[in-house]
Amino acid sequence: MTMGQSLPHDSAPLHVSGRATYVDDIRLPEGALHLAFGLSTVAHGEITGMDLSAVRAAPGVVMVLSAQDFDHVPDVSPVAGDEPLLADGVVHYLGQAVFLVAATSHLAARKAARLAKVTYRELPALLTVEAALAADSRFEQGPITWERGDLAAGFAAAAHVVEGEMEVGGQEHFYLEGQVAAAIPTEEGMHIMASTQHPTEIQHKVAHALHLPMAAVRVEMRRMGGGFGGKESQGNALAVACAVVAARTGRPAKLRYDRDDDMMVTGKRHDLKIRYRAGCDAAGRITAVDVVHLIRCGWSQDLSLAVADRAMLHADNAYFIPNIRIESHRLKTNTQSATAYRGFGGPQGIIGMERIIDHLAFVSGRDPVEIMQANFYAERAGGFTPPDPRDISASMKDEVQTTQYGMEVEDSVSGRLVPQLLADCDYAARKAEIAEWNAASPILKRGIAVTPVKFGISFTLTFLNQAGALVHVYQDGSVHLSHGGTEMGQGLNQKVAQVVAGVFGLQARDVQITAADTGKVPNTSATAASSGSDLNGKAAEDAALKIRARMAEFLAGKYGVEAGSVRFTGGEVRVAGERHAFAQVAQWVWQARISLSSTGFYATPKITWDRVRGQGRPFLYFAYGAAVTEVVLDTLTGENRILRVDILHDTGRSLNPALDIGQVEGAYVQGAGWLTTEELVWDQKGRLTTHAPSTYKIPAVSDRPPVFNVALWSEPNREDTVGKSKAVGEPPFNLGISAFLALSHAIQSCGTAYPALDAPATAERVLMAVERVRA
Amino acid sequence: MAELAFHLNGTPVSLAGVSPTRTLLDWLREDRGLKGTKEGCNEGDCGACTVMVQDENGARALNACILFLPQLAGKSVTTVEGLSPDGKPHPVQEAMVAHHGSQCGFCTPGFVMSLATAHLTGERDHDMVLAGNLCRCTGYAPIIRAAEAASDLPVPGHMGGGFPKGDESPFGEGGSGGREAPPTLDAFATWYEENPDATLIAGATDVGLWVTKQLRDLPKPAFLAPLAELNRIAPAGDRLVIGAGVTIETLRKALTDSHPDFARMLRRYASLQVRNAATIGGNIANGSPIGDGPPALIAMGATLTLRKGATRRVLPLEDFFLAYRSQDRRPGEFVESVSIPANAPDLRCYKVSKRFDQDISAVLGCFDLTVADGKVTAARIAFGGMAGTPKRAAHVEAALIGRPFSAEGIAPARAAFALDFQPMTDMRASAAYRLTVAQNLLTRYLLDRQGTPTNVLEVAP
Repeated sequence: MTMGQSLPHDSAPLHVSGRATYVDDIRLPEGALHLAFGLSTVAHGEITGMDLSAVRAAPGVVMVLSAQDFDHVPDVSPVAGDEPLLADGVVHYLGQAVFLVAATSHLAARKAARLAKVTYRELPALLTVEAALAADSRFEQGPITWERGDLAAGFAAAAHVVEGEMEVGGQEHFYLEGQVAAAIPTEEGMHIMASTQHPTEIQHKVAHALHLPMAAVRVEMRRMGGGFGGKESQGNALAVACAVVAARTGRPAKLRYDRDDDMMVTGKRHDLKIRYRAGCDAAGRITAVDVVHLIRCGWSQDLSLAVADRAMLHADNAYFIPNIRIESHRLKTNTQSATAYRGFGGPQGIIGMERIIDHLAFVSGRDPVEIMQANFYAERAGGFTPPDPRDISASMKDEVQTTQYGMEVEDSVSGRLVPQLLADCDYAARKAEIAEWNAASPILKRGIAVTPVKFGISFTLTFLNQAGALVHVYQDGSVHLSHGGTEMGQGLNQKVAQVVAGVFGLQARDVQITAADTGKVPNTSATAASSGSDLNGKAAEDAALKIRARMAEFLAGKYGVEAGSVRFTGGEVRVAGERHAFAQVAQWVWQARISLSSTGFYATPKITWDRVRGQGRPFLYFAYGAAVTEVVLDTLTGENRILRVDILHDTGRSLNPALDIGQVEGAYVQGAGWLTTEELVWDQKGRLTTHAPSTYKIPAVSDRPPVFNVALWSEPNREDTVGKSKAVGEPPFNLGISAFLALSHAIQSCGTAYPALDAPATAERVLMAVERVRA
Repeated sequence: MAELAFHLNGTPVSLAGVSPTRTLLDWLREDRGLKGTKEGCNEGDCGACTVMVQDENGARALNACILFLPQLAGKSVTTVEGLSPDGKPHPVQEAMVAHHGSQCGFCTPGFVMSLATAHLTGERDHDMVLAGNLCRCTGYAPIIRAAEAASDLPVPGHMGGGFPKGDESPFGEGGSGGREAPPTLDAFATWYEENPDATLIAGATDVGLWVTKQLRDLPKPAFLAPLAELNRIAPAGDRLVIGAGVTIETLRKALTDSHPDFARMLRRYASLQVRNAATIGGNIANGSPIGDGPPALIAMGATLTLRKGATRRVLPLEDFFLAYRSQDRRPGEFVESVSIPANAPDLRCYKVSKRFDQDISAVLGCFDLTVADGKVTAARIAFGGMAGTPKRAAHVEAALIGRPFSAEGIAPARAAFALDFQPMTDMRASAAYRLTVAQNLLTRYLLDRQGTPTNVLEVAP
């Protein structure tokens, strides 16, 4: 069976030999132009003058465009229509594209772009959530609030109440391949090659900019050098710029951002402030949670509403909270437009809940694990029941518990998964040993923490939960696969190839993987929300099953047997006691004038979501997991490092355990980086000062956990997903929160106050917290 | 420009008329069509462009994005395309596939080149080898598994013979290219005195960014690496004289036994690729307030030799740094060498940064205290990141001398830090944090010398 095999990434031999082709590696036809944007130098201001004569006169420059060169400046936003390709009179953040240079080389374009003389009348810039809140600068009319239960009664029943505020920083995607797109004019219209998670959106934006039907624009995407959400909407501007120049000059055009430009221009993970008040009873059961999210969305809406929604949808994490209120402010600021980033708001919601648990545990003198275990969503009847079934509400005993948005949690496994992980990694004994070690260590302190995760799978914009695929079987038995998903390193193509190969009884290597191409599979959704293999795997399976059914029908007729008795296995087709090579059968079917090509389609069942009311079933299922992280810190400098990580993560029946473990390991390290060393700093003028890897520090090799045990919880998905697997891209990102909480635990050993650590917990923030708890 | 000759993936290459500030990366990708070497950051911080360069000193990994073509004169360059000339994958390539070491694959050629270079040289400290290669997908664990798996496999035959010798020398007739650096130090000194507007280029790890990021045209680029007299470390009585052209990595290895704590700190100086190019002379002459070399050298009591034409002058290193980005270097004068004591048993260098590896110091504190009969009898303390220059902590030193070397004894010195330093707030750290950490590092020095563990890197999992 091909599904479930730990095959390497299909492109691995190409990766290691430098033969894997990325957009910037593609040789463009003769005469290609290279583009660069000229960027705004103030965070908010009216453009009062723009002298581009020196730019136009610079060596190699062929064309220079600004907003006044368009009747209607093309829009490059994903949803709201609020992002002109080039600033139209007013700039809204420092780094916004103001003009566009096309030159004969990348370097010539970059050099010319620096020669512009642009003057501004500066306007007041809103840079922080506090400033935006005070100015009532926001998207949507006011805060979105969801409430369930009786908050006052919940607090009245609480034995312990905590209140606090935490800062949670944003995160630069730092895909190793920066944003890049290229356009080649064709007789039909435009051919775009872009490093994008969303070819259909690029197609749509380019068609709109060129006043062409979508059918005249073809977008091709073989692979990205990393995406992480940063190439869901942020590539639109590059592709549209290339298309506009290509259309106007008739020459191919390419735009790739220099790394500094990439970081100055593009959106990042939303940072936010979380204000919370929460209570638990004497048994550790949470009685009330009141939480406020102040989310910094930046200058345009981008995907911020959905991101903020998902933060609210994950404000409960893995816990049933009977009385809960979530208030979400989507604040508009003069900074980069925050965008999708792995987890899409989920991590921002989850860290708030885990902070509350940590704080409640501190004030009630309990191990945080006790609070967790007292509050996990119950497992549905029929499944295993935890040994300590909660009786929060006697009336709910036999019912499935529901989330704050009214979705029944039918698949909770936290109550079994977490205890197993704790036992496997010897949590209790290690925690006791750490306390002893700390007592004897005046300067260095260790800490340990657990973070469970429950993450909802499906796009919350319900119509996006669809996918298409196209499968051909050729007369020689070879198989060609196209699907709507995009490969950004996650191994999606290999997983889908494994699904298709499994249908035909072939090996994955027998299935030819091809670039995502809007000319083959139309109307695709972004490869996002961890949905790639769930959606595209199902669609490709559907296509392959249709072809297989035709092949089986043909053989059934030929041999006078039931089609259901025909078996496809081991590269052969077995029928009526005979075995034929798959290729032989393919040739027969072709000669019988039966189609060996099929599209496939999938639409996720069961989901319904009323975004306005905040009610429904936005997710088909949840993915679960938990991590235990141990850290050590230095109380003289705040320097710290991870010592050991143990993870048990729910992938359902994994389509490819090796690729899934790779996702879990990578997501953990990225999540830990978000909350420790990755600090985005803006100065008082709104200039991002950490705009290169020299100043923005993603984890390096020695930051990986020296002991890193990852195991998969592989009970099949209860829902009918492809191979009974579960999505894996985003959920384990949240496990990095355990690194942050382990630091909080280590700091607790330095004094008597609660550390109230902010994120990212840089050495500086850790030292400040150490000094705080000692005060 | 004169002809420039080197070997690329085993094939002789001879170039004429290329710009001396053309980077190897741009040339590989744009002129040669070799697209395996990737641009990730164009500033030497991510390693996606790593290539292997071999010469008579052996093989080393370098960042192609900040390597100018003339720096390759007479050397042999191997890119990822040259790693398996017979079509058979290199052992590190096979291991990276088998252990799932690539996901998006964009950083992978750089990792492969770092690993293949280490595989050739026998370096097994994978964390050190890969500190300059960033990966955003894997979390590094599978890459380290691959590195370990490949370590014991034999080096393919074509790897060792990469540097042609004797008659096959690829040195072109025209020498090193660019403003052709004259072959002797004396001749160079004379030339530079006459051409004080020249741009001296040693490893180009900073000058490279003037080109790739600031997009500057450099006047009269002069490449110093061929000046063999600058590349030596020589004992001189109870001191060591280090030529300005000695690379940081060469220095780190040379001082491992004699100056162990300095060498340990240099292990965290940028990354291996950068240390393989960057020179100690460049680190000093650059005058950066956050360079990691000068504070340690000042704490050791280093003296600097500056040369102009035939004239030399010697000054304490701390006196070289006048103000932010202003040094006591006259037109036509260059850093020739730096002299340090032959050993420094009491020196400790504490680097504090957001990330342990491949990061610029927020604070670098270097302490060398002499203690006799429980009292501080001499003190040399210098900091980076605390002022506009690398700077000695004169008030702190004064507050320590004659005091007991104990918690009580050093306590009054804490207040002296504010007299020596008024640090700034920037993206690396706040002024308050810098000052507190500087004070706390004095405590760390005391505890360190008393044997109390203070280093998180030394805690075993």
